[in-house]
Amino acid sequence: MITLEKRAGPSKVWAFATPLLAVALTMIVGGILFAVLGKDPFETIRTIFLDPLFSEFAWFYRPQLLIKGAPLVLIAIGLSFGFRAGVWNIGAEGQYIMGAICGAAVGLALYPMESRLIFPLMVLAGAFGGWAWAMVPGILRVKFGTNEILVSLMLVYVAEQMLASMALGAMRNPEGMGFPGSRNLAQYPSAANLELIKDSGMHWGIVAALIAVIFAYVTLSRHIFGFQVRLTGQSPRAAKFASVNPARMILICLGISGALAGMAGLFEVAGPAGQISIDFNVGYGFTAIIVAFLGRLHPIGILLAGGLMALTYIGGEIAQSNLGLPGAAIQLLQGMLLFFLLAVDVLTNYRIKFGKGGTV
Amino acid sequence: MTLKTLLAGATLALGFASGAFADAHQTKVGFVYVGPVGDGGWTYEHNQARLAVEAEFGDAVETVFVESVPEGPDAERVMSQMALGGADLIFTTSFGYMDPTINVAAKFPDVKFEHATGFKRADNVSTYSARFYEGRAVQGHIAGQMTTSNVIGYIGSFPIPEVVRGINAAYIHAKAVNPDVEFKIVWAYTWFDPAKEAEAASVLIEQGADVILQHTDSTAPQAAAQSAGNVVTFGQASDMAEFGPFPRVSSIIDNWAPYYIARTRAVMDGTWTSTDTWDGIGAGMVGIGEISSAVPAEIKASAEALRDSLADGSYHAFTGPVNKQDGSAWLADGETADDGTLAGMNFYVEGITGDVPQ
Amino acid sequence: MDLSSINPVLLLASLMVAATPILLAAIGELVVERAGVLNLGVEGMMITGAVCGFVVAVGTGSPWLGFIGAAAGGAFLALLFGILTQYLLSNQVATGLALTLFGLGLSALIGQGYIGIKAPSFPDWHIPLLGDIPVIGPIVFQHDPMVYVGLILVAATWWFLHKTQSGLVLRAVGENHDAAHALGYKVTRIRILAIMFGGACAGLGGAYLSLVRVPQWTEGMTAGAGWIALAIVVFAGWKPWRLLLGAYLFGGMTVLQLNLQAAGLAIPVEYLSMSPYLATIVVLVIMSSGRAPGSLGRIFHASR
Repeated sequence: MITLEKRAGPSKVWAFATPLLAVALTMIVGGILFAVLGKDPFETIRTIFLDPLFSEFAWFYRPQLLIKGAPLVLIAIGLSFGFRAGVWNIGAEGQYIMGAICGAAVGLALYPMESRLIFPLMVLAGAFGGWAWAMVPGILRVKFGTNEILVSLMLVYVAEQMLASMALGAMRNPEGMGFPGSRNLAQYPSAANLELIKDSGMHWGIVAALIAVIFAYVTLSRHIFGFQVRLTGQSPRAAKFASVNPARMILICLGISGALAGMAGLFEVAGPAGQISIDFNVGYGFTAIIVAFLGRLHPIGILLAGGLMALTYIGGEIAQSNLGLPGAAIQLLQGMLLFFLLAVDVLTNYRIKFGKGGTV
Repeated sequence: MTLKTLLAGATLALGFASGAFADAHQTKVGFVYVGPVGDGGWTYEHNQARLAVEAEFGDAVETVFVESVPEGPDAERVMSQMALGGADLIFTTSFGYMDPTINVAAKFPDVKFEHATGFKRADNVSTYSARFYEGRAVQGHIAGQMTTSNVIGYIGSFPIPEVVRGINAAYIHAKAVNPDVEFKIVWAYTWFDPAKEAEAASVLIEQGADVILQHTDSTAPQAAAQSAGNVVTFGQASDMAEFGPFPRVSSIIDNWAPYYIARTRAVMDGTWTSTDTWDGIGAGMVGIGEISSAVPAEIKASAEALRDSLADGSYHAFTGPVNKQDGSAWLADGETADDGTLAGMNFYVEGITGDVPQ
Repeated sequence: MDLSSINPVLLLASLMVAATPILLAAIGELVVERAGVLNLGVEGMMITGAVCGFVVAVGTGSPWLGFIGAAAGGAFLALLFGILTQYLLSNQVATGLALTLFGLGLSALIGQGYIGIKAPSFPDWHIPLLGDIPVIGPIVFQHDPMVYVGLILVAATWWFLHKTQSGLVLRAVGENHDAAHALGYKVTRIRILAIMFGGACAGLGGAYLSLVRVPQWTEGMTAGAGWIALAIVVFAGWKPWRLLLGAYLFGGMTVLQLNLQAAGLAIPVEYLSMSPYLATIVVLVIMSSGRAPGSLGRIFHASR
């Protein structure tokens, strides 16, 4: 009989070893899967996990990792506050869309004026858009006790319809021959979120993601708010005794996650994506939830988890085009990687005991 | 990096040949898809054409593809990666890939790009699209005569020029054979949601439509029509012959194969130049699926005559007199629409009720 | 605008059909959540059920066997979730999301050879006598059998949860797993069974799309129905009968907005398309929501 015994505190050794173990397990099972699909397992695994970092064209892929990872990290950092405090915002995708719409609206309204103030103004508008969209479930929860999981999720679909409406109507490019989609903001210097250093991939969104990681780290470990967040998550009753106002906690947590998601949307629409289009959103808001948990809601962990997710996306694309692997196999591999990461995490918090007697 | 060397060594030792040693004379063609190859519609048909390219040229051509590539930075990365990987020709098969294609093409002047349904070109970027509205004209011609309730339902995805053009072409030709015909238009506001398409079809049938035209790619409307029993449908994107001979009486088939083969050959011959191609039934890009036995012989014959006149260019699907919805003149008697207006069409012709959602 | 072209009888009849896939998936998830487990992987289990059902139905020619295959496929995927969350104590939210990713990939691989094939037909039942009643007949008694399976499952779930000893135990486990454990109930085993039931129901919901509603296999064909099912469980306040209401409200709004469009109502289409989601939020605010099971989403570890 195998039983689990809770450790007094998380094991330091296993905290570092489990991610490596999970990746190794994924490579083994993934390799078998690829062999079944008729691909060379060694080459496929190498293509997905190593080529983006060390191949002949790594100079091209490394900046791409930053571009793909930054929105995930920025959104996940915001979500981690709420998730620690038991506030379940799973509608970051909607807040990301609204941030992009509000931010782009400012830029498009001022076109073609040139000023240094336009981009900062757009960032503020983006953060505001995401914040406001997150306040809807926040206020409904605080005033009416409405479940925020449901409301934030429903608002994703509303935001998607809003996006389509903007791309087809109000924000449509007047010079776009009647096709849907806004002007390309990347071609409007005052509004563009361009590369800060040529070919580095570095844009303001990546800077913001790094600042968010540091900010979250300091807040959670040093600031009274971080303490309150952790306390609320662990024991809402204890938090009440420590005079934490639960309504305020809900609004602040949703506000932070909404604003960061909105900013991520703005950085994306003004830079890499360039325009508001019907299919602007590609699921960053949902993937970021996974990233937040993979990083164990810890800022540094989230940074690493965001990088790992970005790696599998980019490596997966290389494997598709170089080796003819179906896209579905990449999704399956990502799912497996997440399963293994979540599964082996048990070793961090529990000790496995062999022997008789157990109540599981 | 030692691990990499190790793995690479292991690969070689095991004797697996990799693509890196491919024949230098092989032409490499890349395809970027917006959906999964298993979507049974738009992307599926592009992939069928890719397979046709492989079949045509055999070992002389290697094709690669990446599916479900979101528009925006992901598309740019996938295109760049294909170009870095040695692709000579890259087909980017969604309208949203327009700016990414232009950006990447500027960085790889020696690689040829082919962008579907867009309007931006460069020295190494061609655009291509299909005149699906010619197929819609044939559908309208059949639909106008098959309806007994005089109500024709139309399921649109998003109100983009491509879809609006199709509605207009179908309406003009339905009206020509049946002056009492009325169009009921429902917008799904999604590219792909079979359940919603099924509901849209049921709703149209309940509101009296006995012909359903769809600009969405799933077979859900076909199934709804089949269970209703007396409703006519047309296949979209692929033939959907499995629903023939009734309710599916004909279809519009996306056939990119002739174009892809011709452009690949041009790259191999060194004769590739940047062009703007907009082909219809004549060039085989738009296929009209077999008109089934459920259609009376004289209607079938006249539909085939219409198809042939569109194919040989003796007739244009938008030939005046045609007024815009508000009654203002658009095309004078005998005048045909210019491609610029058609490409950006965002108005209904006279007689259609409702507004194009803006 | 011509609202007279909307036939209320037909509207109600098609509402019942439109609601069935989300109702099937939601009733399974309701049982899972009543047992104290939050499985966000409904979408992944639905799509896996959709492809398994399609493959089995095409292979055997029997839609009924297809539905059994779909339930098995959904339950298998749910079992993966169960092992991870119950034995390896992983976080339920993250595991559920990973399950969706896994299910989407797995289903696409399984379904590769099944594109463009038609499923064996699954005819409507015209129930004798009852089906001939004016108005009520066409609304309620002229559907395909799975519509009734969905209704029976709702009734059976209500009966099970509130009228049986096992249902009481399941609810106790969901309310307070430590207390249930102290009373000697096998918390983990009960939850695994509930999770597998949830997977089987989600599989049926997916197969309803691939075998009845569409009927065809295409990748990603559930197109978000699993998420709606999750929302409806919360909407229903974890009560089976209100689940029925939620599913019909949502299905009804979808059908109604399409009806209004076809009738030419002069409201912009994008607002009509948003309406099912907005209506769900509004009704949720008006009707005070039920209380969630006490142990929902929390990890259970028997510490002796």
